[in-house]
Amino acid sequence: MTEWTKHNLLDIQNLTKEEIELILNTAKSFKEVSSRDVKKVPALRGKTVALLFFENSTRTRVSFELAAKRLSADIISISASGSSLSKGESILDTAKNIEAMNVSAVVVRHSTSGVPKILAEHLEPSVINAGDGCRAHPTQALLDMFTIREKLGRIEAIEVGIVGDILHSRVARSNIWGLTKLGAKVTVCGPSTLMPVEVEKLGVKVSYDIDEVIKQSDVLMVLRIQKERQQDNFLPSIREYAKHFGINKERLKFAKKNLLIMHPGPTNRGVELSAEVADGEYSVILDQVTNGVAVRMAILYLLLGTKETIEEKQTL
Amino acid sequence: MNNVPKIMDKESIRRALMRIAHEILEKNKGTEDLCIIGIRTRGAILAERINECIKEIEGKNVSVGILDITLYRDDLTLVSHQPIVHETLINFDITNKKVILVDDVLFTGRTIRAALDALIDFGRPANIQLAVLVDRGHRELPIRADYVGKNIPTSLEESVKVILEETDKDMDQVLIETKR
Repeated sequence: MTEWTKHNLLDIQNLTKEEIELILNTAKSFKEVSSRDVKKVPALRGKTVALLFFENSTRTRVSFELAAKRLSADIISISASGSSLSKGESILDTAKNIEAMNVSAVVVRHSTSGVPKILAEHLEPSVINAGDGCRAHPTQALLDMFTIREKLGRIEAIEVGIVGDILHSRVARSNIWGLTKLGAKVTVCGPSTLMPVEVEKLGVKVSYDIDEVIKQSDVLMVLRIQKERQQDNFLPSIREYAKHFGINKERLKFAKKNLLIMHPGPTNRGVELSAEVADGEYSVILDQVTNGVAVRMAILYLLLGTKETIEEKQTL
Repeated sequence: MNNVPKIMDKESIRRALMRIAHEILEKNKGTEDLCIIGIRTRGAILAERINECIKEIEGKNVSVGILDITLYRDDLTLVSHQPIVHETLINFDITNKKVILVDDVLFTGRTIRAALDALIDFGRPANIQLAVLVDRGHRELPIRADYVGKNIPTSLEESVKVILEETDKDMDQVLIETKR
């Protein structure tokens, strides 16, 4: 069995297949804790986790908060608007000040790619990336992989279709890295304006035919159309996107019987996903949320569970 | 490890577990409200075996659970690498039950302390009794076993190794190894 040696979790790219599997296996044990009457274990008693969310979030923040609390860690939560960042303090200064208060881990989300990496280079505590710009969202990819493995029993050789705004999606990128590492066959699908150049180099197939992708997929990951990142006219209109790429009941007529429909949330009902599909038989969207807590508990445990990881600090 | 005395063999382990099963039934006057919870890894196997003995004697099964105590260890922040966390499987309510906690070797008592903490998080049992295959002494906490397969006085330089078919793919036996 692999031993965990990483000090930070910045993206999926620099995890080995064995490390991903260790996280997923550990998460399986932690899922049971959330089903108990007393949903708390003392593993991280006395540790403090700082949540630095410089971009809005419901799921990820609450999920990390619950994960830390269920491990008995204390948490502090900081958002851009309620902190001194609005007075002009730099992120690094803010983070350094929080470090000075002896926290064990910093969970960071930021709309600029690379912020978690910069913090990791300057901070002693473990840094966990909770989503940076269009680059990476490793915990989302891990919980997606956990959900696939839980529902289908394996990841290897499974056909995964990722549909939507691939260009701006950190969820897509992290999932591509993770899923291909574990042997899944990934096809990305979306409007050509939202398809990154040379995306094939990540080891995926590209398709512009949504019906074909639905037909072949065991798992369909539907991405959110990020209205906040559509200022540059990538799409003629949201309605046109919904018409050509929106997943609805009609389109799913040719889907495999055991298809899983996943969505990282928040969903734009009626845009990328119709309401009846989001609440329908194939949807595992809420299972993803449940599993998110277990996966984040596993990550916090692996990063903070012991003394050594902090003393023998590994580089990234 | 040149001299490895065998303290128990397959037969003596079987007899010890059968005697423990009889003692449990005698003390608790049958199987009512009884449940057995084994501590991963070998305690879980011994719990299952004690249940089989009880079934042989009384013709009734009792509920059996598995407890992983990793998250309750008092040395979690001191060990060098994170111990692998395994699943705890207790699919029944332990409130008002008589819980037989099972482990392979009783040594410092710290594992049992962790297990007691973990169990209390699952409910409020009527009582908790402790059954171990081997008691090797050297307690660091005020903990004692209610049912003991064999008392083996040891020195701290020795380690007691319990080998069970299910986990170790070898014949059941208990060995004492001397650390060198």
